[in-house]
Amino acid sequence: MDEIPISSDDLVFGRWGVVTFNATVVFTWLVMVLLVVGSWLVTRRLSPGTRPSRWQNLLEVLVGGMRSQIQEVSQQEPGVYLPFVGTLFLYIAAANLLSVVPGFHPPTSSLSTTAALATCVFVAVPLFGIGRHGLVDYLRQYIRPTLFMLPFNIVGELSRTLALAVRLYGNMMSGTVVAAILIGFVPLFVPILMQVLGLLTGLIQAYIFAMLAMVYIASATRARQQTEERLSVGNASDSPNRSPGASSRG
Amino acid sequence: MDNLGIVALGSIVMAGFTIAIGSIAPALGEGRALAQALSAIAQQPDKSNTITRTLFVGLAMVESTAIYCFVVSMILLFANPFWNYFTRQ
Repeated sequence: MDEIPISSDDLVFGRWGVVTFNATVVFTWLVMVLLVVGSWLVTRRLSPGTRPSRWQNLLEVLVGGMRSQIQEVSQQEPGVYLPFVGTLFLYIAAANLLSVVPGFHPPTSSLSTTAALATCVFVAVPLFGIGRHGLVDYLRQYIRPTLFMLPFNIVGELSRTLALAVRLYGNMMSGTVVAAILIGFVPLFVPILMQVLGLLTGLIQAYIFAMLAMVYIASATRARQQTEERLSVGNASDSPNRSPGASSRG
Repeated sequence: MDNLGIVALGSIVMAGFTIAIGSIAPALGEGRALAQALSAIAQQPDKSNTITRTLFVGLAMVESTAIYCFVVSMILLFANPFWNYFTRQ
């Protein structure tokens, strides 16, 4: 077992000029093509009736589930966040689940892919925050309790981006590495169990990545809303169905 | 023992220690979180959806500490920069 695949970047299929077609790039495009062509084929003929086709049913379940999860986590209208968070979830889930296909190296087991995804989240959080509050109010959140918290807030923002990237990479990479090591001394049957476990962790990691991205975005967009709610709660004292965060303060 | 031997010995021993020591605290923390979540579900079964979702997200964040240790030990074993430095010499 001299060839432990610690990163799918090392597996190079070909070169074209300065562009290197390694396994990460190739399989990323494969997943993208699969998702795009798949959803294009399904959404080409959607039927509004009560008996949708089974693929339309699948997409409706996926999109509806994502919408409800985003709604529950962020306590906001999910429509704005669905394209970004849903894309993250679908891409990571597809990449992780396809790892059972022989010869497929999941692109998420390369630190480049996960770092790119985490960078997307890192950029998206201020964008959503500024879009909701405006630049000044968003930047004011960094000095929210006191000015002393400014470096901690900045470091926290950076470290959670790193944590997002390394968490997904570590989980997916550990799956492939453990499988490769196990094949070395128990080639029969045990690697299959690890693959099944890998499916579970892959799906959970995709869910967690999307949910953490949503939590970060929600924390950037929500703070103002709560103060507004508290003010309105102070004015109109007894409204029966209040959000739990606001009612626990009263 | 030459430089290469020292690097190999140090890397292998430290890779073992990294994952061994580094997984103690996350294991304790995850067990505690799981126990708390179970008792919370037992007390409020109708909130089990929210509790389970929060538990999963929380467990993933706790677990990332152990994952860092795993990544570091994997780097020590398979992608050791010092090993490459000394073999190139």
